[in-house]
Amino acid sequence: MSRSFVCDIEALADDAWLLRFGDQLDPQLNARVHAIARRLGEHKPHWLRGLVPAFASLGVFFDPAADPARIHEELLALLAIDEASVADASAQASRTVEIPVVYGGEFGPDLETAATELQLSPQQLIARHSSGVYTVAMIGFAPGFPYLAGLDPALALPRLATPRARVAAGSVAIGGAQTGIYPRESPGGWRLLGRTPKVLFDPARATPSLLLPGDRVRFVAIEADRFADAGQ
Amino acid sequence: MSRHLRVLRPGLLTTVQDLGRTDWRHLGVAHAGALDSDAARLGNRLVGNNDNAAVLEVTLHGPTLQLESPLRIALTGAAVTARFDGEPVPGGRPVLLPAGTLELGAVRGGARAWLAIAGGIEVPEVLGSRSTDLRGGFGGLDGRALRNGDRLPLGDAPPSDTARLQSVRWWIDPGHDEDPRAPIRYLPSTHAWSAPLARRTWKVSASSNRQGLRLQGDALPTPKADGISEPVAPGTIQLPPDGQPIILLADAQTVGGYPRLGHVIAADLPRLAQCIPGHTLHFAAVDAGAAHRLACAARARVARIGVMIDARVPAV
Repeated sequence: MSRSFVCDIEALADDAWLLRFGDQLDPQLNARVHAIARRLGEHKPHWLRGLVPAFASLGVFFDPAADPARIHEELLALLAIDEASVADASAQASRTVEIPVVYGGEFGPDLETAATELQLSPQQLIARHSSGVYTVAMIGFAPGFPYLAGLDPALALPRLATPRARVAAGSVAIGGAQTGIYPRESPGGWRLLGRTPKVLFDPARATPSLLLPGDRVRFVAIEADRFADAGQ
Repeated sequence: MSRHLRVLRPGLLTTVQDLGRTDWRHLGVAHAGALDSDAARLGNRLVGNNDNAAVLEVTLHGPTLQLESPLRIALTGAAVTARFDGEPVPGGRPVLLPAGTLELGAVRGGARAWLAIAGGIEVPEVLGSRSTDLRGGFGGLDGRALRNGDRLPLGDAPPSDTARLQSVRWWIDPGHDEDPRAPIRYLPSTHAWSAPLARRTWKVSASSNRQGLRLQGDALPTPKADGISEPVAPGTIQLPPDGQPIILLADAQTVGGYPRLGHVIAADLPRLAQCIPGHTLHFAAVDAGAAHRLACAARARVARIGVMIDARVPAV
């Protein structure tokens, strides 16, 4: 392991470095991850083969035929980034994507029980969940699955003791201190508040994922009869 | 005329794979691709394809395929019982087959074999690759393993015509120099709690798949604090709370929350593709310098075999 002044660097694979900026869910650390990822993406060193931005760390994949020691050196140079440019990068990145959601009923089977647990009415839970501005802290678990940071801490909910075998595609859910959206039908243990008709991930689209790491997200409550139209 | 292969029996888990998807990790897209990329590359060389052409990855028991026209094929990876209209088909070399039935049976001495076909399996590229992403449900043949009745489109290849099976008298050994019982080499992570992985004997669990090799043995001590998710990669050795390590393979997710013990070095990743359930594994720690040297040596070895093939294949 080596240290630059912003992160620890260790081998993730023979063809990847892991840059660790911290071990907390911290918006500032996450903004730094996205700023560094953007800087690497713009600089496009010839050896770069992919980036995986996570909550407080960044995977940097490189050409396996290249010399890892040289790449390490170049990385250190690229990591010399100051606070001001992190703030700039974060401001530039503030693309905001609105996600229409039908809350409750068959669309959000856990809304009622979640509200009861949080000592809120379902309407209050919807209002508080849809008033937040979230950040795509990381995409993972499945293609296009956004881990959204910025959940009101009062809305944190434990995951189900037994995960559901099938969660519908588009389900908007809370898991611990985060909220997220299931891109396709899959098993899942998060608490389902609602569902969006938007297609989160389609490998046939030029940009396959609706959301990108670092994006801002707002949920907009819609009525069930608008579900079909709002997906367009 | 477009060429096809018809699937008469799918085998246990047969998927279309090339060398994988590399550009979409930031969106949570797995690498996928042949679990032994060297075997896929060399199979392609044997039939005159480019290295990244799509091949069939066969798991434990192979498929039965109907050839509608003469084809050049090659089998690499572990030995697999193969018959063409009853006649044995040798592996590790180019074989020319007329129209008829190719039956692949049990894989022996390993878990997986690769069938390369001249022209490659020409399913559409999805996100820059023809590999099947089983968890994502895309790529390959509709993102799934082969089924009875599937028709696999084949790419263009130089015309070949034969009335009988024809092979050559030379072959390559695409297997690895290593004794299969030799330890799997890994680069330990730098965490202070990094567990004594190398001091125990591990058995490969039956719940292993293309996403990960699950190991069973005396549970390793696990760190108390639950970490936050970090990037992972094929080869990452994870330690879930039950103390039984998981080695991630090509279909691994892109991020994971379990503590990381380190990673299996690139030179030993192809060996993991051949671990059948019940197989015993040992580990040995190496440093980054050794990992790099061994990776270079493995690449050089594959390149040498490739040059040897290229010098002979035109004569087939």
